[in-house]
Amino acid sequence: MSNPANLPNNLKYTASHEWVKTEADGTISIGITQHAQELLGDMVFVESPMVGRKLKAKEECAVVESVKAAADIYAPVNGAVVAVNSELDSTPEAINADPYAAWMFKMKPDNAADVAALMDAKAYQAVVDSEAH
Amino acid sequence: MPFIPHTEPDIAAMLASIGAPSIDALFDEIPAALRTGKLNAVPEGMNEMQVTRLMQERAAQDVAMLNFIGAGAYEHHIPAAVWQIATRGEFYSAYTPYQAEASQGTLQLLYEYQTMIASLTGMDVSNASMYDGASGLAEAILMAVRAHKSSRRVLLPTTVSPLYRSVVHCIVKLQNIELVEIPFDTAAGTIDLKALEQHTGSDIAALVIPQPNFFGALEDVDALTAWAHAQGALAIALVNPLTLAVLKAPGNWAGKGADIAVGDGQPLGSPLSSGGPYFGLMCCKQALVRQMPGRIIGRTVDMDGKQGFTLTLQAREQHIRRAKATSNICSNQGLMVTAATIHMALLGVDGLRRVAIASHANTQSLAKLTSGLSGVKPLFSAANFHEVVLQLPKPSVAVLASMAEQGVLGGFDLQPHYPQLGNAILVCATETKTNEDLQRYVDALRHALS
Amino acid sequence: MLIFERSRPGRRNAAQAPNHEAAVSGIPAALLRKGPPLLPEASEMDVVRHYTGLSQKNFSIDTHFYPLGSCTMKYNPRVCNSLAMLPQFLARHPLAPEHTGQGVLACLHDLQEILKDVTGMAGVSLMPMAGAQGEFAGIAMIHAYHDARGDTARTEIIVPDAAHGTNPATAVMCGYTVREIPTNANGDVDLDALRAAVGPQTAGLMLTNPSTLGVFEKQIQAIQKIIHDAGGLLYYDGANLNAILGKVKPGDMGFDVIHMNLHKTFSTPHGGGGPGAGAVGVAQRLLPYLPLPVVARQNATYRCLTEQDLPQSIGHLSAFTGNIGVLLRAYVYARMLGAEGMHRVAEFATLNANYLMAELQKAGFTVAFPQRRASHEFIVSIKPLKDATGISAMDVAKRLLDKGYHPPTTYFPMLVPECLLIEPTETESKETLDGFVAAMKEIWDEAHTTPELVKGAPHTMPVRRLDDVKAARELDLTWKPATSTRAV
Repeated sequence: MSNPANLPNNLKYTASHEWVKTEADGTISIGITQHAQELLGDMVFVESPMVGRKLKAKEECAVVESVKAAADIYAPVNGAVVAVNSELDSTPEAINADPYAAWMFKMKPDNAADVAALMDAKAYQAVVDSEAH
Repeated sequence: MPFIPHTEPDIAAMLASIGAPSIDALFDEIPAALRTGKLNAVPEGMNEMQVTRLMQERAAQDVAMLNFIGAGAYEHHIPAAVWQIATRGEFYSAYTPYQAEASQGTLQLLYEYQTMIASLTGMDVSNASMYDGASGLAEAILMAVRAHKSSRRVLLPTTVSPLYRSVVHCIVKLQNIELVEIPFDTAAGTIDLKALEQHTGSDIAALVIPQPNFFGALEDVDALTAWAHAQGALAIALVNPLTLAVLKAPGNWAGKGADIAVGDGQPLGSPLSSGGPYFGLMCCKQALVRQMPGRIIGRTVDMDGKQGFTLTLQAREQHIRRAKATSNICSNQGLMVTAATIHMALLGVDGLRRVAIASHANTQSLAKLTSGLSGVKPLFSAANFHEVVLQLPKPSVAVLASMAEQGVLGGFDLQPHYPQLGNAILVCATETKTNEDLQRYVDALRHALS
Repeated sequence: MLIFERSRPGRRNAAQAPNHEAAVSGIPAALLRKGPPLLPEASEMDVVRHYTGLSQKNFSIDTHFYPLGSCTMKYNPRVCNSLAMLPQFLARHPLAPEHTGQGVLACLHDLQEILKDVTGMAGVSLMPMAGAQGEFAGIAMIHAYHDARGDTARTEIIVPDAAHGTNPATAVMCGYTVREIPTNANGDVDLDALRAAVGPQTAGLMLTNPSTLGVFEKQIQAIQKIIHDAGGLLYYDGANLNAILGKVKPGDMGFDVIHMNLHKTFSTPHGGGGPGAGAVGVAQRLLPYLPLPVVARQNATYRCLTEQDLPQSIGHLSAFTGNIGVLLRAYVYARMLGAEGMHRVAEFATLNANYLMAELQKAGFTVAFPQRRASHEFIVSIKPLKDATGISAMDVAKRLLDKGYHPPTTYFPMLVPECLLIEPTETESKETLDGFVAAMKEIWDEAHTTPELVKGAPHTMPVRRLDDVKAARELDLTWKPATSTRAV
């Protein structure tokens, strides 16, 4: 189980276990949390969304696949995909090694306030704790 | 009682261990009203001698004929070793190889199969089989739509077997996929390119390209594949694997190759058996492998670094992905693939090519021989492989019935499926036919026409 | 060694090549293959030795006890194979006139009648080529039924969370969305959740009974009423039909449509992955929609019904007539069992499962539903052992291989942590079951005394545990020659 101390405070989180980081240019990076990578196990494949694709919040837009499971990744907010981390194509294990460094794709949010409204570390920790019961 | 080994003392000891008074008590959770259990239509049991007698009598009612029908199921010689080995208990009575360490025989065989089929089709990867060619084509169409992402329109030429098209409709119609028929050129017997070009620039997920097509005729696969790719559509090759010993591999069509190749593997070691079991082959480009349904075997190493084989990419499949799986397919046609792999290994490069060429040559000879009969001629101008459409001067139903009375299955009647062709039949002469057999066909046809 | 590594350039098997000197004629060069395919060049004896050798690397029913839950790995009688492979059956072309196939059609017709009787359904089609295709046919028929009544607002199929993955996957293939409902602590469907889930959007419910948890769904009468009152239809997944064969008929439970896995209940071989046969049965109101062909007997003659006979049929699922060779094996098996034998199947499958469950409990293992009777299978959870020793269900499974037993199904159903789903089937003797219990006890002891031995298992197989992660990351799906000079 993830240690609360490991949840970076500078990130926002979703109930579907994505983390969201606001970059200096106003775009957001999206990846999966430590908790999610632990549940999934050794990553073997990442399918990223197309750059330019318009996404609605909670829309399925990417897949991470381990040997024994596959999980959908959901857009945290409305917006457009502006970049994908193609390094994960050949090194999906980077997600296991350091999930908060291994961003999967970047979006330009339609509305920055949507990002601000996402869960903070404390609220997300509560979600993780409730799943453990 | 067949196949139940329990003695009376066994039963008593087992019930004592359970703490149940009787076997019947083990069903006490089932509401009494449901436990009727009367069987009225099931006859009394038989021992092996009795059931053997029954089945031999039934088999004797199935009349042997000199067969010249193909149309998707082909009579080929199957080496004796194929089914002797395939029905060894270790292959025959094993489950899907989920426990890899105890299934290396099946797993290695399937890896060898994937290698052979991928090479025959010239594609990057193969799965471990689908149910049959027709349902495999339906799955290929679903796969193409998944891969294409934006379009749900698939072009399905009428030179694809009408039997296959019917299965495709049944399987894909509930998923909101539009199937568009492309007519054929009635002179050539191949896809009408002008009709196809009317779809240029439109929104298309895939074009199905049969080779040889249902009429045995050879399509211009390079042009068709290139056209599909120019529209941003996938090219789905529908092939007979035997003919690929001679014909250009789909992986090479138009240089870049088809995207998905499917077909029925029956010509590789499956007996005709009134229609099954056969198996569907399915191959694709590497980039599409995660969209492919069905089981896939990969080579890896064990804890000691020793080579081994295992099911891989299982996260696509229903037992993990459930509602989001690539397909609901679970079991495949493993035993038929076992036979096909042994069959291909026994024939080898040389044998498979000879069988294909001999079938081609016999069909050409038969077309020539029948052309000597008044009013009989090959209907189409395109080159053909090992099937040919013959035009008859009399109603095809009556002609075929008369030939059947003479012990000859003269061909597949195209009339119900292609009424515009008039009295036309589809005829196939594989390597199993001798010159005497061909002559017998001509004699039977002559008699039927007289 | 792979067959390709046994290959030598120029070696051929003359016995399997037609004596035909002909060449290709009349085919444009652009349509011809450029180079030979990668097929072995080997002698017949090389090939026979190679594949005989491979077969010896398999566990199978014929060689080992194979208590794989949900798979019904019972003895596959040899005579079923030899009679299905009588030369007349093998030689007949699927498009040959029906008068040349009266023998095979008679067998299919009789099998339909037998299956109708044992399931309590009004009609049967033998055409689906596997359980999953039977599910597809069943749900497609439910779709066709609602459509024919203009009842097109029904968009949802309800599936219990314990269901096989094929159930939700099938519902999606038929254009439905899936609504999952939970299971209660007894292993039964949560009725309140079911009541809350049904509505005018409900097309049907897919249910396995006995369930994948190895218990009979006692509330089935209430469930069928809830679904039918909501206007939905009830689908029976026949994966576990062996548990009730001759005891309870799905038709009597109120199911409208069912599929049977003939490769389970009717003992046709699993063949390393197939072919199976997933015959479907329907209640009266679904008869018009059965997949084609259905074999009918008219004036002492057998014929295949077509679209003319059943214009509302969902259509054809295979190019020809399904997996006939498998159906013939099932027919021989059914005729050997007879009515009396059918009753015995469920009885002894259930006796064996309950005995094995009792003995494993006595040996210290934790069963998932101790308060329930086992059906033909039951679940052991290794979680207490794992908590105590670190030994997982996977470790136990792999160690069983060393002891000469094929492991039970592992990690399914997912509701029970560290689970082993164990189905002994009726064809195993008490001695075999006792031997399995002894092996499980040994593993229990090893888990406490020499856990590394268990974690490193298997030690006696052709390979040890395989690197699945490498297999999925570095896909190696076809063999390539060291120096590739091959063209295609």
